[in-house]
Amino acid sequence: MRRLWMKTLCLALLAIVSAALLAGCHGSRGLAPFAMPESFDTQKKYEITFWAKNDTNLTQVNIYKKTIADFQAIYPNITVNLRLYTDYGKIYNDVITNIATQTTPNVCITYPDHIATYRTGQNVVVPLGELIDHASYGLGGEAVNFDAPTKEEIFPKFLAECSFGGDIYALPFMRSTEACYVNKTFVEKLGFTLPQTLTWDFVWQVADAAAAQDEEGNYLLNGQKVLRPFLYKSTDNMMISLLKQSGGGYSTDEGEILLFNDTTKSILETVALHTQKGAFSTFKIDGYPANYLNAGQCIFAIDSTGGATWMGSDAPLVDIPEENLVDFDIEVMTIPQIDADHPSMISQGPSVCIFNKKDPQEVLASWLFTQYLLTNEVQIAYASTEGYVPVTSKAQSSEEYVDYLSREGEDNDYYYDVKIKASKLLIDNIGNTFVTPVFNGSASLRDAAGQLIENTVKSVRRKQTVDDAYYETLYESITSLYRLDRAGATSVGEQKELGPLPSTAVILLISLGTAWVLIGASFVHGMVKSRKK
Amino acid sequence: MKKFIALFLVLALSLAFAGCNSEPVDVKSEGVMTYAEYMAAEMDAEVVIEAYVQATQSWWDNKITVYAQDRDGAYFLYEMACSEEDSAKLTAGTKIKVTGFKGAWEGEVEIMDGKFEFVEGGDTYVAEPFDATALLGKDELIDHQNKLCAFKGMTVEKIEFKNGEPGDDIYVTLTKDGASYSFCVERYLTGPDTDLYKAVSELAAGSVVDVEAFLYWYQGANPHITAVAAAQ
Repeated sequence: MRRLWMKTLCLALLAIVSAALLAGCHGSRGLAPFAMPESFDTQKKYEITFWAKNDTNLTQVNIYKKTIADFQAIYPNITVNLRLYTDYGKIYNDVITNIATQTTPNVCITYPDHIATYRTGQNVVVPLGELIDHASYGLGGEAVNFDAPTKEEIFPKFLAECSFGGDIYALPFMRSTEACYVNKTFVEKLGFTLPQTLTWDFVWQVADAAAAQDEEGNYLLNGQKVLRPFLYKSTDNMMISLLKQSGGGYSTDEGEILLFNDTTKSILETVALHTQKGAFSTFKIDGYPANYLNAGQCIFAIDSTGGATWMGSDAPLVDIPEENLVDFDIEVMTIPQIDADHPSMISQGPSVCIFNKKDPQEVLASWLFTQYLLTNEVQIAYASTEGYVPVTSKAQSSEEYVDYLSREGEDNDYYYDVKIKASKLLIDNIGNTFVTPVFNGSASLRDAAGQLIENTVKSVRRKQTVDDAYYETLYESITSLYRLDRAGATSVGEQKELGPLPSTAVILLISLGTAWVLIGASFVHGMVKSRKK
Repeated sequence: MKKFIALFLVLALSLAFAGCNSEPVDVKSEGVMTYAEYMAAEMDAEVVIEAYVQATQSWWDNKITVYAQDRDGAYFLYEMACSEEDSAKLTAGTKIKVTGFKGAWEGEVEIMDGKFEFVEGGDTYVAEPFDATALLGKDELIDHQNKLCAFKGMTVEKIEFKNGEPGDDIYVTLTKDGASYSFCVERYLTGPDTDLYKAVSELAAGSVVDVEAFLYWYQGANPHITAVAAAQ
């Protein structure tokens, strides 16, 4: 009887141990949630990585390097390794790849849409709410060794753009919007006068008029074989902005996809019509709006205010041969509007998130560096490289920044007028900016919105039939390509339970558990037997 | 009889000579364009070509960019649909048939939205570099767009990393006879881990080199370097 009891006990113990081991295996895939340490250990060395994006602009690269050097002087026990990118998409791809191997960077410039995807991993991204509000190490906290802004000094609208899923998952780093860089000389040559606020009707009218060619295929406007009257860099933004301005659906805050509707179809029909007339094209199909604008081959070039230094005859950054540059008067205007009295434009620009690590002290070091990116010195320096604006009122109202803005056009470098006008455009319109809802799948939805325009333009140019049936098929193919029939229904704020395990998985787990129990039982049985001998 | 033998020998020798002199020609499948037909096709037209892979950029997200060539000219196949499994088979010399649309991006004539299939039983062909040194700065250079070209006796003027440090593309300015020309080390073709990337990184201004490159175009010639060596 005693032997039977002993055996049963051994088996039970083994079963518990096996189950614990299996559970441990499963749990090891994710990190524990970040827990705020009592204080930052300044005696221990920390090495953190910072993945940063620049606009192919070496001044920005040098600002990142100076920022790191200055920060390391304040915190000598923290070393920051910089990895540079020129494309948000590449950062996104690399982060996704590195989440699987737990080799994410510590600090990363990214978009909130992308963070929503990163967050599908367990405790991958650090929620910043607690860190921001922490009395000692929070924004402008008493234990922070530099002059950081307070939470209240970050523009609430910009901070709100980083808030989703019930917490704050990033800090805004810079903000920009889109601007329409206009060849005013061409507009007037065509007999038009620029209105105070651009409307879509006006832009289409001028662009259509510009598409006239002579018998040899030369455009009457510029005498060249090439003219793209209206060129849009980000067709994602184009569709999103048009839907916002027209009240058409895009998505709900909860992640329900509304993109494939009649308003969208109407937008695509308009795009098709003007593509047919030779009035419209896109960056993906033809190239950079700035290059066409500067070569006298474009009238309306829509691109980020963060690309302003590439725009205009006197632009400090130029990517076309000097002999192709054309002199013209340039205007920096808000993107076209449906209702000029109620302008609406996208808010964009880099945000910074922190990835979780095993050592909370390493995360705290990352947080201190992230906070340093919001100091006046960094904010003003970086914002002045392009048509960005600082994200803090502390920087925007500083004497240095106000002086910078007041010196518009003093030279064609630091005070380049197009760049400063682009910054002012956003400053004057912060209240008119909007962002789209962030949820798991919102990055795909954004891509899909742009792809609808790209495909329509390509199809028109390729002389394919673009009719009701075409749009129906287009909706189906884009839905499938971006898996929008599967994504989007889940908000990151309310991640759904995955439900019970499939029966095959249950059988597999039971089999594994039983096998371990039997192996263990056999081993113990052997031990007991040999002891008896 | 003697006359007959003499005639026979003349005929045989002529045929033999003709055989020796004949260059291999590309045999295109039914419905496939010759290079001349491809070049004559309008922009945005659907095109069907057969060509031999010369090199590829890195595969990503079921797409791959391919430098391809036949014996008459070269093709740039931008982000062609391709599984990861098939990407491994796109080795130099492999013959493929591509259907896509002709486009031009910043001056680079390419096939966009392409789909491909391997040509079963197709021969292989790896192009020898075409010496384009004498065409630098001339209008005729564009006739060789996308080909593997050689540029000899070039002097290094400037080496610039896109981000100011190794990791991304390298912008290379080379001079010849007093004129400067832009070249590029494309990171997705020859990335930071390659010997080529390291070799170019270490080039000193003033050194004279022979370069091989695919004649890519970006607002003018912007060859993607594949080999560099001290000038012979």
